[in-house]
Amino acid sequence: MSQVNRNTGIARLLVAPSVLLLLVWMAVPLGMTLYFSTINFNLMVPGMKAFVGLENYYYFFTDPSFIDGLTNTLVLVGMVLIITVGLGTLIAILVDHPFPGQGIVRVLLISPFFIMPTVNALVWKNLLMNPVSGLFAFIANTFGLQPIDWFTDIPMTSIIIIVSWQWLPFAILILMTALQSMDQEQLEAAKMDGAGPLAVFRHITLPHLARPLTVVIMIETIFLLSIFAEIFTTTSGGPGTQTTNLAYLIYSQALLQFDVGMASAGGVIAVLLANIVAFFLIRAVGKSLAEQ
Amino acid sequence: MNTQQVKPMSQPSLARKQPLLDMRQAKIVKNITVTVAAWLVALTIFFPIFWMVLTSLKTELNAFSTPPALIFKPTLENYVAVFERSDYLKYAWNSVVVSFGASIIGMVIAIPAAYSMAFYPTKRTQGVLLWMLSTKMLPPVGVLVPLYLLARDTSLLDTKTGLTIIYTLINLPIVIWMIYTYFREVPKDILEAVRMDGANLWQEIRHVLIPITLGGLSSTFLLSLILSWNEAFWSLNLTASKAAPLTALIASYSSPEGLFWAKLSAASTLAVAPILVFGWISQKQLVRGLTFGAVK
Amino acid sequence: MSITKTPYVRLATLACAVSLSTATLAETVTIGTVNNGDMIRMQALSSEFEAAHPDIDLEWVILEENVLRQRLTTDIAANSGQFDVMTIGMYEAPIWGANDWLVPMDNLPASYDVNDIFPSVRGGLSANGTLYALPFYGESSMTYYRTDLFEQAGLTMPSEPTWEQVREFAVALHDPANEQYGICLRGKAGWGENMALFTTMVNAFGGRWFDMDWNAQLESEQWHNALEFYVDLLGNYGPPGASSNGFNENLALFNTGKCAMWVDATVAGSFVTDDSQSQVPDQVGFAAAPKQVTHKGSGWLWAWALAIPVSSDAKDAAQEFVTWATSKEYSRIVAEEHGIAAIPPGTRKSTYENDAYLEAASFADMTLSQMQKADPNDSTLEPSPYTGVQFVAIPGFSGFATVVGQQVAGALSGNTSVDQALSNANRVVDREIRRAGYQD
Repeated sequence: MSQVNRNTGIARLLVAPSVLLLLVWMAVPLGMTLYFSTINFNLMVPGMKAFVGLENYYYFFTDPSFIDGLTNTLVLVGMVLIITVGLGTLIAILVDHPFPGQGIVRVLLISPFFIMPTVNALVWKNLLMNPVSGLFAFIANTFGLQPIDWFTDIPMTSIIIIVSWQWLPFAILILMTALQSMDQEQLEAAKMDGAGPLAVFRHITLPHLARPLTVVIMIETIFLLSIFAEIFTTTSGGPGTQTTNLAYLIYSQALLQFDVGMASAGGVIAVLLANIVAFFLIRAVGKSLAEQ
Repeated sequence: MNTQQVKPMSQPSLARKQPLLDMRQAKIVKNITVTVAAWLVALTIFFPIFWMVLTSLKTELNAFSTPPALIFKPTLENYVAVFERSDYLKYAWNSVVVSFGASIIGMVIAIPAAYSMAFYPTKRTQGVLLWMLSTKMLPPVGVLVPLYLLARDTSLLDTKTGLTIIYTLINLPIVIWMIYTYFREVPKDILEAVRMDGANLWQEIRHVLIPITLGGLSSTFLLSLILSWNEAFWSLNLTASKAAPLTALIASYSSPEGLFWAKLSAASTLAVAPILVFGWISQKQLVRGLTFGAVK
Repeated sequence: MSITKTPYVRLATLACAVSLSTATLAETVTIGTVNNGDMIRMQALSSEFEAAHPDIDLEWVILEENVLRQRLTTDIAANSGQFDVMTIGMYEAPIWGANDWLVPMDNLPASYDVNDIFPSVRGGLSANGTLYALPFYGESSMTYYRTDLFEQAGLTMPSEPTWEQVREFAVALHDPANEQYGICLRGKAGWGENMALFTTMVNAFGGRWFDMDWNAQLESEQWHNALEFYVDLLGNYGPPGASSNGFNENLALFNTGKCAMWVDATVAGSFVTDDSQSQVPDQVGFAAAPKQVTHKGSGWLWAWALAIPVSSDAKDAAQEFVTWATSKEYSRIVAEEHGIAAIPPGTRKSTYENDAYLEAASFADMTLSQMQKADPNDSTLEPSPYTGVQFVAIPGFSGFATVVGQQVAGALSGNTSVDQALSNANRVVDREIRRAGYQD
């Protein structure tokens, strides 16, 4: 009994290094960010570090781009989630049963996940979506259509397509593996009872996928909230502020305008936002994880 | 691929009420449809990668021309140009060292933490876990200047060590969480039995837990590797020449210099090729490991 | 040595000094540069420098312009010393020089002939009379046009066109069905991209960024006219996707014969007439950058230059390289390897006194006259409190001009109205100028 108790003590301690590391990793830069957010700190102007109180926050909130940045962040996360989860589920079901070349098909399907976001954005921007020399423009011209001017007319949609392409494989991968472990007997039994494919999907497949789906949503949300490379490479947040999300807005403050004070205020706001999202995720995913 | 799968074709009993032939025909039609659809979807999704590789083999003029050349004499001149201009092997080696380093260290730190949380949970475990994950939602650029200054004062700027530390930390939450989900599926009785036999903590983890969850652990490792390999923000901002990985190489091709599409494609292909090939080889492992506890 | 350096760095320097005394190690010079054609060429030719200086190793960090600028600025502001040579422009050099971030270029060898450099370029790279960076190439802006298309349509390009005339030509030559666009202009947001061109347009339309009391003038009639004109011209007679085209994108379009006209940097002259890159090398004509109500400030003035940060620990070696890469000797090597028309333009008088160059480079005369016209100290019709033609030489400019550039691109893509864009832009400029205390 004492052996078990001692083990429990030691085992509980095992989590400490990770917690400590992450705490330091969070706290030190965050503390510095908090400090910077209250001073007038521009990289281009040495020596100017006067305390300005909440002025940076005031300016960040009243920046014409702030509301756009917030909305764009939410739209981007939401749309990409809908597309990747929706299409991901359909494709995972499609490739679930054996067919000739199943192995190759799976490899092809998950390949985009290995591609660097920068490369992904560059390929789409220059080789596919370029309105003059891109492949899509050529296809449109072939059919006598006006080529779409992707990054001017529908910039947000273009970004959503690019990011979805990157993350769709992740959804497929996880859902595909989850489907393999489905109870086949139950499935056959349901079919014997005359259940149509839709009913089977609704009452058997979907509940089975509930947990992997929350995993997909959770991990994707984490990455999509701070998506940056794709926007930076393709539209630089524009035209106007149409594709500026919070991460890009802060980048623009910090590294295009070199206003570290205001960028830090933006960083603090982003941390708060992340915690709000995390709170909702705790409620949604935490519940689903606890059900196990 | 999956031996458990029940092939519907081998269940003629289901079709008792229908003429056997019709049923077969319907099945065949359905199978053909599924096959064609699956291949179409897969080829569509893979197409941009294919197109990138194809463009990298064209001359610059061919790459820009409309209509796009489909039949052309392949050339390696773009690859030669990339190799002449930048020391590809140095960048690739940095990528390998940093992403493997960060993934290995990450596993070593994460396994004990996940063990503790999975088998000795407290009231706060759930909260701690989600707090860890929430640290990942912060846009990195928000803390760039502080971290840059810290790296400068610890002489970690432009070093592989510095980059490895950063990658380990940014991936740690995800790594811990994934391992945690695998550990939770291990039946507690197995561990208890081992413990009764007098195994200590180390033996318990080393000889029982790790072998049981090897599939999951390797897919976690893979994921961490992919994320580190593709990370493009810190690598660009904290390195100059000595520790720059492949993501930094790409940054020197990312805006056009006159006609540049073919060279860009060649550089891109070179940057993604190692991890893509590695991913292909290990994808079976990835698929097996990523079941996320669905195997009850 | 700078006093703000950390103990670690000092320790490292000490260690270096110790190891240097025991063995002669090659010194490493890390060069941060932008991925423009001339710089890539410099990298390729630098093996000659290394051969002549066996004790110096060159390390190259070549990045896209925006990324490079952000890397260099963080490095120099944080005094972290990762770069020994930095590629900067006329905007940064005087500001960084005044901050004491750069090593003054005051003991140049006589063979370098510093007085051969154009005075306007030297002036633009100096602060308080001290030169802080050596120019690699200099540029103004001019109008490129396709002589073959103008001939076919029976049009004649005047040597000093107005924007109004340019618009008429663009209307006449715009033929999108055949992928031929009336005009190509910068549309990509950025203070060094669309704002460089657009500020010269504003100048030509009689506008300015600030009045003498530093009040932002972006909602003035001149800005309004200029933006409306720009949106109409480029939006209706430009290529699709114009709002994401910068210098390099437009160069690719022009070189593949898709633009009838293009107003941009004079440095492109050697690229559009080079038959290994251009499909229309013999059909390019050159005219002045368009004027409108005034010619003042209608063509910009810029130079890419090499500078050495004070945080460098290889200053002497860096200076060796910098003087080599901007020397007459370097021009000679380029001429040998790539033809005389390819030598870096716009920096040295001697280049334009060389008959062989003037013969080979059809764009040289126009480049020279445009460079001579541009005057950073007198670039607006009404008086202004700042220097710089296409920029305002104050530290905050790159910041607020980036935002203005976004708004201009937004107006171009039709997502924001001209009025709305200018009012948003004016608000940000006004706020930044007030925060920086210029109006006090």
